[in-house]
Amino acid sequence: MKKLISVEEAAAMVKDGMTIMVGGFLSVGSPIKLIEAIANGPAKDLTLICNDAAYPEKGSGRLIAAGKVKKMILSHMGTNPLAVAGFNDKTLEVEFSPQGTLAERVRAGGAGLGGVLTPTGIGTVVEEGKQKITIDGKEYLLEKPLHADMAILGANIADEDGNLIYKGTTQNFNPMMATAADLVIAEAKEIVKTGNIEPERVHTPALFVDYLIQG
Amino acid sequence: MDKNEIRQTIARRAALELHDGDIVNLGIGIPTMIPNFLPEGVTVTLQTENGMIGMGPTPEEGKEDQNMINAGGGFITAVDGAASFSSATSFGIIRGGHVDATILGAMQVDEEGDLANWMIPGKLTPGMGGAMDLIVGAKRVILAMEHTQKGNPKILKKCNLPLTAKGQVNLIITEMGVMEVTPKGIVLKELHPEFTVEDVQAATEATLIIAPDLKPMQL
Repeated sequence: MKKLISVEEAAAMVKDGMTIMVGGFLSVGSPIKLIEAIANGPAKDLTLICNDAAYPEKGSGRLIAAGKVKKMILSHMGTNPLAVAGFNDKTLEVEFSPQGTLAERVRAGGAGLGGVLTPTGIGTVVEEGKQKITIDGKEYLLEKPLHADMAILGANIADEDGNLIYKGTTQNFNPMMATAADLVIAEAKEIVKTGNIEPERVHTPALFVDYLIQG
Repeated sequence: MDKNEIRQTIARRAALELHDGDIVNLGIGIPTMIPNFLPEGVTVTLQTENGMIGMGPTPEEGKEDQNMINAGGGFITAVDGAASFSSATSFGIIRGGHVDATILGAMQVDEEGDLANWMIPGKLTPGMGGAMDLIVGAKRVILAMEHTQKGNPKILKKCNLPLTAKGQVNLIITEMGVMEVTPKGIVLKELHPEFTVEDVQAATEATLIIAPDLKPMQL
């Protein structure tokens, strides 16, 4: 199957009301070109699952600035004044999830698990409405898995089959998000012929990646 | 002490809490100054929650790598032997007790070691980021913070802001002294020579227990 498509073709797969996981940490490791195309496209009322709201001009926050986002599930939005303003005037629905919990919820969603038990958030507002389970005398919160209609990832190197390599600190949420959505699109800065990435260097195996775009 | 001296005093004293070989995660603000004050012979490995262990200094201007940032979005370098990984691995390291110490700031801390540093309802709502996981997971939680906020105590009987974590703080370092959180309450263990015990108590809402062997603050 040919996985390489144009940015426009990828953006056209985004439909109103979709839940989309966006890889990246403060826009590093985010699919910058694809985000720009979605920002300029027709789809709206999106729910984004991502670590943070990045910046109004870059990363997931670009979609807030473009008026595309109804809800966000994230750990931090302090770098994006538009997200904070939207949360305060209730035009943007926000569900805060501690960063490590968010990573595990996404991982659980892709790994066939019914949730994760974490001590993080016990005794704080994070525990409200959640089941507490005691294991060997220690209390944990049951945090439910996350799954999305689409995941959009940023990678440094892909082969034509869709095996991905991330450099520096660009991995962040990308490897887990690759596993937890119905449709997965990766934007790679460099695309090489299949066979040019040694198996042990692959961070995200190609089976998780449906489409590739050139970053 | 002016603001700069206060910050340097806190960072210098906090640096003495770290041991050679420690894996350390530093919060923003005063904690980022701590590596400058590590005693000779003490080398620590810095973890950054967005996915790297072995964080090096800020790159020279013009040598920034767009793929390499810290949790605050600033450009970083990697020391020899550094490793990068996903957020799931990074928080496995944090939550799993593999970080020896985290040093961070606080809005409020109380006698039971409860900490509030992520939210002021209606005013400041950035989200908790990785703070809740870090405080629950790190082996030692050390606060490096100014003793008061605009003259108001931050060390309280009971936090009234939304908590970041319950009962996790081990040590509090301010420009006035060093305090340990114990099951009996907050024990003043070291006192900065510019202040008296009465000064510290007056700037603290919690009732301080004075260590029988109260020492001058190590500087």
